[in-house]
Amino acid sequence: MQSVACRGLIRRFLPQKEPVSSWTTSTARLFLAGARTASTAAQPSKQVDVEEKTDVIFTNQHFEIRNLARKLIDSEINPHVDKWEAEGQFPGHAVFKKFGEAGLLGLNRDEAYGGMGLDFSYNIAFAEELGYIDAGGVVSAFGVQTDMATPAFAKYGSHELKKQYLEPAIRGEMVACVGVSEVEAGSDVANTKTHAVRKGGDFIINGHKMWITNGAQADWICLVCNTEADKPKHLSKSHILVPMKSPGVTVAKKISKMGNRSSDTAQIFFEDVKVPQTNLIGEAGMGFIYQMEQFQEERLWCAASALIGMDRIIKSTAEYCAERKAFGSAVLNNQIIYFTLAELQTEVEALRALTYRAVANYTQGDDVTLLASMCKLKAGRLARIVADKCLQFWGGMGYSEEVLISRYFRDTRCLSIAGGTDEIMLHIIAKYMGISPEKAKKK
Amino acid sequence: MSLRVLVGVKRVVDYAVKVRVRPDHKWVVTDGVKHSMNPFDEIAVEEAVRLKEKKIVSEIVAVSCGPPQSQETLRTALAMGADKAIHVEVPAKDAELLSPIHVAGIIAKIAKDEKIDLVILGKQAIDDDSNQTGQMVAGLLNWPQATFASEIVQADGGLKVTREIDGGLEVIQVKLPAVITTDLRLNQPRYATLPNIMKAKKKPIDKKSPADLGVDTKPRLEVVSVDEPPVRQAGAKVANVEELVQKLKEAGRI
Repeated sequence: MQSVACRGLIRRFLPQKEPVSSWTTSTARLFLAGARTASTAAQPSKQVDVEEKTDVIFTNQHFEIRNLARKLIDSEINPHVDKWEAEGQFPGHAVFKKFGEAGLLGLNRDEAYGGMGLDFSYNIAFAEELGYIDAGGVVSAFGVQTDMATPAFAKYGSHELKKQYLEPAIRGEMVACVGVSEVEAGSDVANTKTHAVRKGGDFIINGHKMWITNGAQADWICLVCNTEADKPKHLSKSHILVPMKSPGVTVAKKISKMGNRSSDTAQIFFEDVKVPQTNLIGEAGMGFIYQMEQFQEERLWCAASALIGMDRIIKSTAEYCAERKAFGSAVLNNQIIYFTLAELQTEVEALRALTYRAVANYTQGDDVTLLASMCKLKAGRLARIVADKCLQFWGGMGYSEEVLISRYFRDTRCLSIAGGTDEIMLHIIAKYMGISPEKAKKK
Repeated sequence: MSLRVLVGVKRVVDYAVKVRVRPDHKWVVTDGVKHSMNPFDEIAVEEAVRLKEKKIVSEIVAVSCGPPQSQETLRTALAMGADKAIHVEVPAKDAELLSPIHVAGIIAKIAKDEKIDLVILGKQAIDDDSNQTGQMVAGLLNWPQATFASEIVQADGGLKVTREIDGGLEVIQVKLPAVITTDLRLNQPRYATLPNIMKAKKKPIDKKSPADLGVDTKPRLEVVSVDEPPVRQAGAKVANVEELVQKLKEAGRI
């Protein structure tokens, strides 16, 4: 048969997928049987064809979308991420354009604005598949574009404003960012200092924002700022859409970070920035409430996007340990290693199950602040544990820049900080459980 | 021109999957393995869609012979831009024994029924690597054939096709109707975008059986055995040039 040669030739000409490795030990094979191989390889234990795959919240159509996303990731992103990481910047406009053309940036958005008119579970399917991207920075940039800067805007923004800014973001022609954090108001959103005053038909905005993902290349920012000075601080904020090219907007610096290097994180100043009052999103004074509502999607998205990264790190660690020999045997044959990997994979599946449940409830209209906070907390914590334990099994190799685990270790550390820290998640969970002192005082 | 084009799309084990021989040594393991459209057929669909965009083609009919899952492959072709599809259903266990002559008979019959002007097929499928179907279709229909195409342009009432041949390129002029088979460098297939994937669900897929078309698919070949390529023998280290020369002489190489 010529098949082998022919397949080789085709591999060279077509986008590469993660190679399906040949397993050298029976331990490894057993291990793989439990591991998840969502859209790639053979899973001999299951007699279901991949084309007919479904999974709790995902229909076959979700998997079609994931397959499309995977093709684009393999051809348009992964071959370039090393370069982007080294340069400290990925080309947002070029990359989003390709995904926008494919129809992936507005899955749950209204068709009137170029969206696909599907429900939020499709965004989660896309988010999960983004875990195949070899750099966390690019993943978070997608999250900001599709599920962090736009949920409140899509829900409450005016038709004209959405035509002007949401539609191009869905097409991937505009890069979006969201302005919540400030130097003295990160976790404490209510303490936001940036403010806007009404003058004629305009808002005049002054203040600053910190840690803004996509901030250096964004075309617009969904800005959380104070507009109702006379109201209590939970009712004084609004969302205003501010074009980043407006006079008075200064990107002070692109912050140098330990991880997520291909993503631009900016500090931004606003000095007498003038935007029309029609750029207000929804109702004045509802900004804090919109933001809390929007955080549900952001946090579910964060958890979903972390799952496959963990699967891949565990799998690649098992593969490396199966190949690596020490004291006359594959490193994987040490019980401490295969037990640890088995346990980590179990935890990942538990997180996946929790995330799917939260998404299922959210999709049917429930408020899932509690479950979404738990998902986000667990994702951040588990990713750190997976990264740390697996890196240890890679030994010196894992500490080098030559393998993905070192980048993964740096990138995932952010998950416990961005989009609400672990401590804020615990705070929310405790409040919902009725066991935090704050809650007790109120009682 | 406003040609009616037939493209053949075969469902094969995905190119990225490392195939394993089935325990009965009659074929490779296909259960639970990712399948997709034969890459050469993807190139055929892409070329048909490009010809349609250039207004040379008016309608694209995608045809697949195989088990029910072949409909997924047809949906991909529809999402890429084919207008309608015909699924010639052959049960999975019979599909394994389907040879180029059977498929060529089916395609030739549909080409006649559908008043097709141009058949574009992949030069071969990456599962059995037969490289025969296109040639056989041309033979059965007595149409000109242009195999291993790397460029297709409209010229003098027919098509000018550049073919990849040993050591270079050959340019031939074919009259229509004709059969073309695609080589790897003809084009870079597009992705089916999500809106097009959705639209493809509404496009028609006609289901037929080989019997409906009057094609006999009784196996004419018997698979004797399918085996892994032999494992490469381990080499040996030599201490110096003298030993190397001696070993080569012993092996009769010099």
